Amino acid sequence: MSIFINKKTKLIVQGITGRDGSFHAKQMKKYGTDVVGGVTPGKGNSKVAGIPVFNTMEEAVAKTKANTSVIYVPPAFATDAIFEAAAAGIKLIVCVTEGVPANDMMKAVPYVKAQGARLIGPNCPGLISPDQSKVGILPGTIVKKGNVGVISRSGTLTYEAIWALTLAGLGQSTCIGIGGDQVIGTNFIDCLEAFENDPATKAIVMIGEIGGSDEEVAAQFIKKHVTKPVVSFIAGRTAPPGKRMGHAGAIISGGSGTAEDKIKALNKVGVPVAASPLELPVLLKELLKASKKAPAKKKAVKKPVKKEVKETVKKAKKTVAKKTVTKKKTTTSKKKK
Amino acid sequence: MKVHEYQAKQIFDQAGIPVPLGDVATSPMEAFEITERLNKPVMVKAQVHVGGRGKAGGVKYAENAEAAKILAHKILGMDIKGLTVKKVLVTEAVEIISEAYVGIILDRATQKPVIMVSSAGGMDIEEVAAKTPEKIHKLYVDPVVGLQEYQARNLAYKLFREISQVRKTADIIMKLYDIFWKVDSSLVEINPLISTPGGDVLAIDAKLNIDGNGLFRHKDIAAMRDLDAEDPAEVKAREADLSYVKLDGNIGCIVNGAGLAMTTMDLVKHYGGEPANFLDIGGSSNPEKVLTAMQIVLSDPNVRAILINIFGGITRCDDVAHGIVAAFKEYNPSVPVVVRLTGTNEDEAHRILSSYKLPTADTLDGAVKKAISLSGIE
Repeated sequence: MSIFINKKTKLIVQGITGRDGSFHAKQMKKYGTDVVGGVTPGKGNSKVAGIPVFNTMEEAVAKTKANTSVIYVPPAFATDAIFEAAAAGIKLIVCVTEGVPANDMMKAVPYVKAQGARLIGPNCPGLISPDQSKVGILPGTIVKKGNVGVISRSGTLTYEAIWALTLAGLGQSTCIGIGGDQVIGTNFIDCLEAFENDPATKAIVMIGEIGGSDEEVAAQFIKKHVTKPVVSFIAGRTAPPGKRMGHAGAIISGGSGTAEDKIKALNKVGVPVAASPLELPVLLKELLKASKKAPAKKKAVKKPVKKEVKETVKKAKKTVAKKTVTKKKTTTSKKKK
Repeated sequence: MKVHEYQAKQIFDQAGIPVPLGDVATSPMEAFEITERLNKPVMVKAQVHVGGRGKAGGVKYAENAEAAKILAHKILGMDIKGLTVKKVLVTEAVEIISEAYVGIILDRATQKPVIMVSSAGGMDIEEVAAKTPEKIHKLYVDPVVGLQEYQARNLAYKLFREISQVRKTADIIMKLYDIFWKVDSSLVEINPLISTPGGDVLAIDAKLNIDGNGLFRHKDIAAMRDLDAEDPAEVKAREADLSYVKLDGNIGCIVNGAGLAMTTMDLVKHYGGEPANFLDIGGSSNPEKVLTAMQIVLSDPNVRAILINIFGGITRCDDVAHGIVAAFKEYNPSVPVVVRLTGTNEDEAHRILSSYKLPTADTLDGAVKKAISLSGIE
């Protein structure tokens, strides 16, 4: 079992004839993903590694009955690709592209939701369910089948964490990169909820970084609705304020979005935060041992119901917003040499 | 990307938002000429990318052209919070009856633009938010539906009672919202938005931040970038499509992936060292990038050791190894270079590097500790 993707995933690769698209289409097919088609306008009726290419998503979906798409299209065209996929009836859209303007995403995210679909990303490595399916660029060589769910905002940091888990014998159910931008289609809570409801997942690893308040809001959600053990790692403890650290969403603004705040919020709800990715399996094993001795710590917690989840999130966002507003502004002057 | 007040005002002016007349000067003589042309008292305002210019003495009133020349002479070349003033905006001084704040920002939590207005204008908005949050009125706009006129009017009624000023302000808010979308802004602010004795409403100051991801479709705004205000190494990195942020320490870092690069910096600190920089070479294995990365890190005189941390998924370790070899040939670094290459083609990579006998480590933690100990810093 897994979340969001499985053996039934039928995948279209948008941008399949490009350098990245063709390379990754082959990699995904090699891993065992059912890659049923690709789309590049103007390249219809051709093939890439035996995969049929179509001119439009509409045609591709009609001919292949695909339910998932992955986007390897440059930033100038990625938003359009998202709209096209959702309009064509794709239910899971994974946008790998980095560099998509945030304002575009403010329109694309609600549109995708309105079509009853899910967007993961943009600026993400995608997701992988070991031995079932891989959608994106996560390397299949570092994962191992198991029951730890991994959620992360990063790319290679995710691989580092997955590798640490694999080496420690802790295989994964699904590993999902939600992306490093400010406006993304799927957030921590969406994944936490899915992992909580996934029988194959017994523990969760959450990898965050500076910027925004998604980790803080997720901490509140974990407190109320997650019974499975969660451990975390937060990148950016040494990041200076006001600077974009690579990812568009990795920026401390006006004193908020610091690693310290996120670590505090997670610790407060009982989620240990590792000092290094290598420490994650150690913390996880400790937690799993402890949870075996004691029964599920929140006996009263029921499986999250949509309305309750909405309420929890609303409340959590208010609390975080209040904290942000009363925070003292950190003043730093940049010394020029 | 930030633009200066005078650039933001140009954009506002083009969009029809009333701003005081003015022009930018890079010399006291130019300030003199502009003031003569305007033929009225002016404000001489330092153009630097920091807040608190006024408190630092960078915003001054000048009665006439001669006074403007003297003030420009004083302000140009001034250091304000670490930045040198190279330009001043010379703009007509306007009589102020009231000051308000109007701003639009992308709110991450709701994934919507939020418009904030406050009658506590001319002050640090974060201070207002901290001390008197009830003075700030927020409106979250549906990004798909857009801003409706009645919404702009409702916001304007929080600032003015008199209908002509309400209409003028609502119009400004609508235009500001248009600018927010049109130029891919992440933040746009008018602080203060003032009213004059004659009942006019103008933007006395303007702040505009552009989403870096939107610049590809705004070449004219990208050209407004003030390279003087940026670290030359950061400029060079951006041109080479690398992400680089200079810090104060002495362990240089070269990593593939932003999250991993932040983690590498964090671990340097954790194990007792001080990171010299953040540097993400991105997902491509292009050896050219490794070469440029080495050059940038080596150009930092504080660096006493370099740590190259690559986790190769799609990035091929042997490609990176070729880049490292090229960098050694080109720059012959005198500082220790610790290499950690894990993942795709790592064995081939180690073979390529074998003749250089570089210190290596299998794990990130191991590599960090080695770099710190080899740097010779306690």
